[in-house]
Amino acid sequence: MATKDRIAGAALVLFALFVLSESRALPLGTVRQPGPSFVPVLLAALLLAFGALIAAIGGRSERFRSLRWRELPHGIAILGACAFSALALERLGYRITVLIVLFFLIKIVEKKAWLATTLVALALSFGSFYLFYTLLRVPLPLGPWGI
Amino acid sequence: MLETLQNLYLGFTVALSPAVFLYAVIGCIIGTLVGVLPGVGPLAGISLLLPASFGMDATSAIVLLAGIYYGAMYGGSTTSILMRIPGEAASVMTCIDGYAMTRNGRAGPALAIAAVGSYIAGTVSVVALMLLAPPLANFALRFGPPEYCALLLLGLLALAYMSGGSILKALAMATLGLLFGMIGIDPMTGFFRFAYGVVELGDGIGVVPVAVGLFGLSEILLTAGEEAPPEVKKPRLADLLPSRQEWRDSVWPIGRGTVLGFLIGIVPGSAHIISSFVSYAVERRVSKHPERFGHGAIEGVAGPESANNSATSGAFVPMLALGVPSGPIPAVMLAALMVHGISPGPLLIQQQPQLFWGFIASMYVGNIVLLILNLPLVGVFVNILRVPYPYLYPAILIFCVLGVYAVNGSVVDVWIMIAMGALGYILRKLDFETAPIVLGVVLAPMLEMSFRQSLAMSSGDYTIFLSRPIATAMLAAGACLLLLSMLSLLRRGAGWRSALGLANVEKEDTHET
Repeated sequence: MATKDRIAGAALVLFALFVLSESRALPLGTVRQPGPSFVPVLLAALLLAFGALIAAIGGRSERFRSLRWRELPHGIAILGACAFSALALERLGYRITVLIVLFFLIKIVEKKAWLATTLVALALSFGSFYLFYTLLRVPLPLGPWGI
Repeated sequence: MLETLQNLYLGFTVALSPAVFLYAVIGCIIGTLVGVLPGVGPLAGISLLLPASFGMDATSAIVLLAGIYYGAMYGGSTTSILMRIPGEAASVMTCIDGYAMTRNGRAGPALAIAAVGSYIAGTVSVVALMLLAPPLANFALRFGPPEYCALLLLGLLALAYMSGGSILKALAMATLGLLFGMIGIDPMTGFFRFAYGVVELGDGIGVVPVAVGLFGLSEILLTAGEEAPPEVKKPRLADLLPSRQEWRDSVWPIGRGTVLGFLIGIVPGSAHIISSFVSYAVERRVSKHPERFGHGAIEGVAGPESANNSATSGAFVPMLALGVPSGPIPAVMLAALMVHGISPGPLLIQQQPQLFWGFIASMYVGNIVLLILNLPLVGVFVNILRVPYPYLYPAILIFCVLGVYAVNGSVVDVWIMIAMGALGYILRKLDFETAPIVLGVVLAPMLEMSFRQSLAMSSGDYTIFLSRPIATAMLAAGACLLLLSMLSLLRRGAGWRSALGLANVEKEDTHET
């Protein structure tokens, strides 16, 4: 039966195997003189053991199918907005990026009124820039035309 | 004792002089602001303002920087409690029960207890700093790589043993965190590990993007899409102060957190972060109702908040008494002192009594300033919760991105935060705790370095860990914890067959025969 713990344990085992496979590119060293991949291999072996144990004794945990993923579409939109900000931050500058992200999340995802969206987006993007960049001197990226 | 009191009197005359007092207040205000804003932690705050202190005299400079450090530790709890965003790594544990209290409509008491706990811990630990600095610093100096390695292993095992959930899951998450901490240049050989050509990963992955992703972003992902947005009870004016029961429940956690934090703070490393993890684990272990932890137990706020503030004072012990910084923040402050031509060390107290005792007295003053500043602000901060969630979470998200980017000015950190947010979302759906991952990321470089340095010292002989009394004692304590947890697993082992799905098979077999 596929339970939450069994799926999680299997995922940990797979990740540990991936680390073990990637570690082959680095010198392992010896037990007395460990190389750069010695500790990662040791940790991956431990993770493999823990993952296998979690999967083995995880038969009583909740069924994986019983999980509800209702928030997932919303979550994907939020992760998409984050990914956009990572891509655009140094290209469009802080203020324009934040403005677009806020318009997307408040207007398109949350379906709020135009006026409220515009006011919040402008206040947050320009206000936070003034606080951090101008007052606290945190270096934030500027976009085209110095905006 | 009389001499100490006389010296303290001298210190207060310095700390209460108008100019020094003003710098203490300014430092506390800037520190609180820096702590409240996620990402801009105390290190960034102190580093940014370091050049501004060059024009001051040495006492004013160190008082200003210490004020920022203290203020940031206070302020860091605010976003953790209200939004589940750790202002910096030391506030990670406060997120868990602090935010749960917020959702139960008890944000005011959580903030108030955090402020009072921090004040008490700060003040008591300054007394300890004053009296115990030289002997404790000498003890801390006896820590070599084998002792560090043993201490870090003990810390990880203690955390797993004391965690409320499955020890196996906690150990798996700590191991996962340690593996994430392996990313970057191997400090002993210079090999790039798991960096895949991303130059920014050479320094490893930072604690801030990991913590903000696993805690802040994952929370937004879990709650933003719910049909009814997270039910955060709007606090009433009467709910801003803790109840009598909450005060009673917080007394011992504050006391324990203060002692633990101070002792851990003396040991070099990321002590203030570790202290809050250990304090939370201890509180959950000693509690008569451990099941309340994670659902808004005030002890889960009082203990870690006291511990991380107490550790702040503890961190000054080796810095002032020996001239050895115990972490990056004391190192920056040490640099500030050296810019003024003062070399901290055993002779500092004799040669610069005004600076040393003025600094000690300014810590008392700073703690009172912070309490006066923070308690009235509780009501102001709590009002943030009145903002409708569809407007609040995009704002929080922007502050997450901004805070993570501001640490190194790198979008790679933003990508790490996104990946950690997605991972935290999945792990929380599968009932895994994410805090051990953060601890693993913090400890990984120190653990590996001390392990390999120990072996280099002994030419590969592993008995080095058993031939040094402090290391041996700590490893023995770790082994005891492991055995104890295995015993409890075996006691519960009656259910292992059913866990494997074998119990029913056995029953059916019996029926058949």
